[in-house]
Amino acid sequence: MNSAPVFIASTGTISSIGKDTETSLQSLENGVAGMDTMHWLESSHKGKLPVAEVKFSNAELASICGLNEHIPRTALLSAIAAKEAVDKSGIDLKSGLRIGFISANTVGGMDKTENFFKPFLADHSKGHLRNVVHHECGSVTEIVADLLGVKDFISTISTACSSSANAIFFGARLIKQNRLDVVIAGGADALTRFTLNGFNTLMILDDKFCRPFDENRKGLNLGEGAGYVVMVSEKIANTLKTKPTISLSGYANANDAYHQTASSPDGAGSYFAMKFALEMSRLKPADISYINLHGTGTQNNDIAEGTAVKRLFDPVFPPMSSTKSFTGHTLGASGGIEAVFSVLALQNDLIFPNLRFETAITGLPFKPVTELLKGKGLKHVMSNSFGFGGNCSSLVFSKS
Amino acid sequence: MEKLMSDLKKQIIEQLNLQDVKPEDIGDDQPLFVEGLGLDSIDALELIVLLQQHYKIKISNAEDGPKVFRSVRTMAEYITTHQPSNA
Amino acid sequence: MKLYIHSSSAISPQPGFTDEGFPAQIRKPESNRFDVVEPEYREWIDPKLIRRMSRIIRMGVAAAKKSLQTAKLEMPDAIITGTAYGCLEDTGVFIQRMVEQGEEMLSPTAFIQSTHNTVAAQIALLLKCHNYNNTFVHRAFSFESALLDAALLLEENPRQKILVGAADEITSYSYDILSRFDIYKKNEEVGDKLIGSGTTGTIAGEGSAFFVISGEKNDQSISCIDDFASLYKPVDAGETEKFIIDFLKSSDTDIKNVDLILSGHNGDNKGDAIYDALQEKLFGGIPMRTFKNYCGEYPTAISFALWYASLLISENAKGSPKKILIWNHYKGTHHSLILLSAC
Repeated sequence: MNSAPVFIASTGTISSIGKDTETSLQSLENGVAGMDTMHWLESSHKGKLPVAEVKFSNAELASICGLNEHIPRTALLSAIAAKEAVDKSGIDLKSGLRIGFISANTVGGMDKTENFFKPFLADHSKGHLRNVVHHECGSVTEIVADLLGVKDFISTISTACSSSANAIFFGARLIKQNRLDVVIAGGADALTRFTLNGFNTLMILDDKFCRPFDENRKGLNLGEGAGYVVMVSEKIANTLKTKPTISLSGYANANDAYHQTASSPDGAGSYFAMKFALEMSRLKPADISYINLHGTGTQNNDIAEGTAVKRLFDPVFPPMSSTKSFTGHTLGASGGIEAVFSVLALQNDLIFPNLRFETAITGLPFKPVTELLKGKGLKHVMSNSFGFGGNCSSLVFSKS
Repeated sequence: MEKLMSDLKKQIIEQLNLQDVKPEDIGDDQPLFVEGLGLDSIDALELIVLLQQHYKIKISNAEDGPKVFRSVRTMAEYITTHQPSNA
Repeated sequence: MKLYIHSSSAISPQPGFTDEGFPAQIRKPESNRFDVVEPEYREWIDPKLIRRMSRIIRMGVAAAKKSLQTAKLEMPDAIITGTAYGCLEDTGVFIQRMVEQGEEMLSPTAFIQSTHNTVAAQIALLLKCHNYNNTFVHRAFSFESALLDAALLLEENPRQKILVGAADEITSYSYDILSRFDIYKKNEEVGDKLIGSGTTGTIAGEGSAFFVISGEKNDQSISCIDDFASLYKPVDAGETEKFIIDFLKSSDTDIKNVDLILSGHNGDNKGDAIYDALQEKLFGGIPMRTFKNYCGEYPTAISFALWYASLLISENAKGSPKKILIWNHYKGTHHSLILLSAC
């Protein structure tokens, strides 16, 4: 295994708790969650199911990133966060470096497709074609790649809720093998009726604000957003005005191979993902200073993930929390957003609280952090992303 | 009750797209999950929709599923006691 | 590094998934929609699991299983798939019900099977395979990305054996929608005249193709990928030309040693002109064949081309090609090259 480090030059994010990295950090520090009653999404579940929406209309998002407001909302969110990351990296994308843009999402331009279908189902010659032209996941990526001017390498990953964690570490491997110099990687997903109703059929949506890792958790809240990191090789890192201090030191992908949607009771996939990521970073469990949990708030995920954490970390448990208690579950974006939060934790030496936690899960010998912790000397942060199809990925970020 | 159970067997096969299973293959008291027909948590959710569509009965807590869907007979009993009188 | 193909299989519009068929027998498109010839899936997938699987999942899983069986591989070190459109049938079913039932009384199956990673996930589930698992969904680079991911893993550990493949399906919805973009031929005889038709439009295709590949050769190896590359949105023909020349240079290939160009001509006169303009200049004198007359046009059609090229090479008969360059483009915006050799 090539051990050349891959550095995080910058981050960009947008979600229900902030329009960029800085405002998101303020919300995380102040314990301000992003869930609310549904405002932008047009759904019959409005008023019944809380969601964590980005607090801007499509027109407002479009004016921030300079794109057309009629393109998929996922592309608008992706563009804003990716641009933030690129702008803050101090890297000129037109300077001849080999640049990649690897983005993840789960339903592409579904927000437009579902509008198209109403007239289309009544008459197949009806429905505005502009509403399906960006249906493909890859099309959303290309809108943003074209905006950024990235052409050397572009790709899109879709592995449900672990999508953007996989995008990040695919990018890191391309840098390590000297195929690219700079990679912007992460993911985006906007709320859609398709996903909201899909999760609703699984009866895993909480009609109150979600309570990850609580014994009395009732399910998840869906959210939306985007999160990207700009990764560079050491050679490029040395040329930057401020040399990055945070690297992606470990990553792994494993499959639970248990059920299409449910996690196995022992969280085998989660266990392997965490274990192999640790091994790659050459760390022992006790070296991890903070775990940013997948922690969706469903009965199934949290006990499976908790059981895997117990198996790997017992008897010393690092502080841990699910920031989905702030952002809701942003699906294909979650790995990217939480990678940004993990980097923020290391940069600012902070451990973010797990909001609304009351009672520890029976059988788990640990509970999440409930208050903002400062100055703990964070060195290594693990970020978990697990999803449908048994796709489990863990990333380890380290501070040098 | 017999008619209801016979209807249910057909509806279960259709809703779950069971392959190579005929209504007469399903015993009235045969367990539907795991050791019986081998159904799983997703099938339980499908059966909740079945009750809603065909019998206007709403189960709002997924955890009630296993009790109600133990066998065709328990489903039929649940329907008889919970069905709105006008249905 | 070289990637050795140990086995390959495809479910395509051509006959012969399980026994002799293509290319000895060739099925010609009878309309502008070229559906796959479906095998008896029960021979490949447990009926208990089939009940929830839509066509793309069956196609993908069956082709994957056959590939593994041919390679005598029980547990691949990674499962990597590409799909541009994902599980369209399940997606369509769920949207249709959502719209028609006003977001009420929806059932979960179509939704949970609609996620793009379902094919890779179902393969992992069938094999109880905990290893690396990934799905790429980048339009006409979906399969190429999956192949690149596999190549990166093999660069790290050449001994691994990886299952890599692609699948895309046509549904009645997708066909009706794509037809409205005027990309398919209308009311014309498409059978023998597709390529060189001189008119615009192509035919809709679909299929799945899976491969077991490794960084190490063994006695099963049927062909070898010397190199592959992609080009996104070339500004002009000059950029495409440079891309091809650079590719041949970086893979140390004298074009004279290439026995066959397998091109992605799809019958659309505008798109095909891109191949024709460079063919004489770059590949003059080298035989050229096309493959989309066998599989139709779809974003992961290059996986069919790789399967077909590998088949031609592995025939190992007198006169069968030893080195094939696959050149495909999708709508002029996504170009890919794969160089395949006998091994």
